[in-house]
Amino acid sequence: MASRPLPEPVPINAHAIDNLQFIRETMERAGAFTAVPGWGGALMGVTALAAGLAAWPQPTVEALLAIWIAGAPVALIIGVCAIIRKARSARIPLLSGAGRKFALSLAPPVLAGALLTLVLYRAGASGAIPGIWLLLYGTGVVTGGAFSVKIIPVMGLCFMALGAAALFCPPAWGNAFLTAGFGGLQIVFGIIIARRYGG
Amino acid sequence: MARQSALAEERQPRARAVEHRPLDLDRLIHERMRLGIVSALAVNDSLSFNDLKKLLKTTDGNLSVHARKLEEAHYIACTKFFEGRFPKTEYRLAAAGRRALERYLAHMEALIQATRER
Repeated sequence: MASRPLPEPVPINAHAIDNLQFIRETMERAGAFTAVPGWGGALMGVTALAAGLAAWPQPTVEALLAIWIAGAPVALIIGVCAIIRKARSARIPLLSGAGRKFALSLAPPVLAGALLTLVLYRAGASGAIPGIWLLLYGTGVVTGGAFSVKIIPVMGLCFMALGAAALFCPPAWGNAFLTAGFGGLQIVFGIIIARRYGG
Repeated sequence: MARQSALAEERQPRARAVEHRPLDLDRLIHERMRLGIVSALAVNDSLSFNDLKKLLKTTDGNLSVHARKLEEAHYIACTKFFEGRFPKTEYRLAAAGRRALERYLAHMEALIQATRER
């Protein structure tokens, strides 16, 4: 048997690090298919519909916003649980990869929205709050989903469009916009994501 | 004779992979494309042939050759069906494939650990 010339030696740990990095990168890219939970999103939409219905008879913008704010922690808990569940079912580490990118991109606009809510309320401009919420939530979804499957940024853009429309419409329509966005859009896109991208 | 030994070489890693001796490197998923397929499937319930092709930036021929090797070792499962009038191929990671990836990850981590300790 003729001996073959040996290739240049490469430190074995460099190979191993390179391999691990390749696995991680592939998982992260592929993980974009799964990080955003579809059914969880749809369920969040259902709670938003309930909030919208409960807020409907409220006489003032402040009163209806109070109902939406009260419903937010419920939606947040559902969202977090759904992300954890989806990460577990796909066996991806929760705090790395696409899920982490999405959460990190979504959090700053949501925090900005919370601050602006306070500022607008104190300035007596509560009527602008529904539009701001939709616009900033959409911004977070667009940036978080920029490297994910296309449907995520599309969903974000729909939220942004709805938010922009809400900002230029009478404040009395605020509840309708919130219900259409956090309820309608969330449910429709949630079902599409769940059916196409594994839950 | 040469052909026979080539065949034996071809069979050997597969047999070894399925037997899974803990300290042996699993040649079957050590290869980049196959490692990519297994890694991508590890974070998805299932992926279509086209999803994998785009994700791994490869050709039809290359992907199908490597996917078949993994399929033969029962590392992945393949389903073919029609979506409307178009044939579709979908892959899932099998339990043996997941175990193989976990072993491979442990192996790589052990190698890094070992060289750091030296």
